[in-house]
Amino acid sequence: MDNTVIEIQDAVVSYREDVALQGVSLEVRKGEFIGIIGPNGAGKTTLLTIVNGLGKLVHGQAWVLGSWLNGRNSNSLRKRIGYVAQVERIDPRLPINVRETVMVGCYGRLGLFRRPTRAQWERVDEVLEMVGIAHLSQRPIGHLSGGEYQRAAIARALVQQPEIFLLDEPTASIDQKAQREILSLIQLIHREYGMTTLFVTHDLRTLPSVCQRLILMKDGNIWQQGSPQSMLREEVLTQLFGAPVPVPTEIAS
Amino acid sequence: MLSILQYHFMQNAILAGLLGGITCSVVGVFVVTMHLSFIGVCIAHAAFAGALLGLWLGFNPLIGALLFSLAAAAIIGPVADRGELNPDTSIGIVFSLMLGLAFLFMGLMPGARTEALNLFWGSILTVNQPDLIFLAAITGVIVGLVAAFYKEIQAVICHREVALAVGIPATVIFYGLLFSTGVTITASLQSIGGLLIYSLILNPAAAAYQLTYSLKRMLLIAVAFGVISCWAGLAASYFFDVPSGAAIVITSAIIFGLATAFSPKRKVKGWQQAPITG
Repeated sequence: MDNTVIEIQDAVVSYREDVALQGVSLEVRKGEFIGIIGPNGAGKTTLLTIVNGLGKLVHGQAWVLGSWLNGRNSNSLRKRIGYVAQVERIDPRLPINVRETVMVGCYGRLGLFRRPTRAQWERVDEVLEMVGIAHLSQRPIGHLSGGEYQRAAIARALVQQPEIFLLDEPTASIDQKAQREILSLIQLIHREYGMTTLFVTHDLRTLPSVCQRLILMKDGNIWQQGSPQSMLREEVLTQLFGAPVPVPTEIAS
Repeated sequence: MLSILQYHFMQNAILAGLLGGITCSVVGVFVVTMHLSFIGVCIAHAAFAGALLGLWLGFNPLIGALLFSLAAAAIIGPVADRGELNPDTSIGIVFSLMLGLAFLFMGLMPGARTEALNLFWGSILTVNQPDLIFLAAITGVIVGLVAAFYKEIQAVICHREVALAVGIPATVIFYGLLFSTGVTITASLQSIGGLLIYSLILNPAAAAYQLTYSLKRMLLIAVAFGVISCWAGLAASYFFDVPSGAAIVITSAIIFGLATAFSPKRKVKGWQQAPITG
């Protein structure tokens, strides 16, 4: 398994009577940027939760960062995996500011009974600067716009110093300008740190151009996979989504 | 005014108010921030039912209260988490069951029910030395745990899913907070009373929630409001000859009303309705 950081074998996941993943197998090499696309309910998010151990396998196994995942080691493995989900609506009165929210990313690695050091706070400030929201560091987290909130979520994942970066529709529910900014940031981060990245989206316009491999998911299975150029063809996308889908020119070119 | 301090029972009551005010308010901050108010009410009624079972069967009511409140937390937590049933529905069912059990145990109790009614309304003026020692021990444990696990607690109550995703033992912390609520209610049951205890948990914390965006400040403000509620309620009880538990709860509700009226957060109310934009 040289250079392989994720290997999923015949993964089956079900939520009560619904089977979300039906025997999915996948191998991911270190430093790869993989896009995962498919219609709603295809199992894209569930696939990410298998990688960070939040999803429960009914059948199959997952090898992540050198260990086979089981109930006992998933918590410690999550400390090495950054996870950014969709924008969520949070209580605007929540008693925590942006800087503290970003610092939460360090808490897993820091462990119990240990307080953040000055160096860690400085690292948080550096990352906030990098993602472009240093001026919002003292603002309550509930007062950010969708785009700002996603920058804070990305900053939180970065201070975690992850070896794997999972992005679950990070540009959903935010306007197009903010989408473009977030995508530029994600590409910049990949070029800078070279982290293994899994990027889930159902909106093909939001696929980053650094994407090296595209996985097409349908009905809980990996339906096809290959280079973006080979996958982003009108007939393939029409079959995947069950309706005519325009091919995004930027990434396919 | 200082004459109030010369009586031994009043000294005990003031100390109980200080300890109960601290513990209830600290736990209240977690309950309010996580929007678990109804779960807390349910645990409070479970403690009440357990204490009445103890009184009926002749064992220490505090043991009954502790067992019932912890059992309620253990049942409600997973139900609310897994989403197998609508949490409001399932918690409502447990809540009504606990209330039903409380009245059943009371109905089955032979003879006078003075002690049971004291558990209803509380009797801070009759708090004795063992009650105070128990309350002090619980206060020490709760405050110590909050200091030791502050950063994990902050992560879990503000961003529970994120806490889980970064490798914090979020589930253990969450259940720890629910069990702390149960233990706090048990410790304060004798002095504040089963029906009133929950107001002392909810009101000071909810008032503090209106006034600050800092969790540390929220904890300190809630504790101040909790202790002020207890002491002002006691003073009202002494000078106007009204039930102490009711006076404490009404004071805390007035503080909440004032905090809401003057809250700097009122102007951000619209954020909850506003669409998400870039």
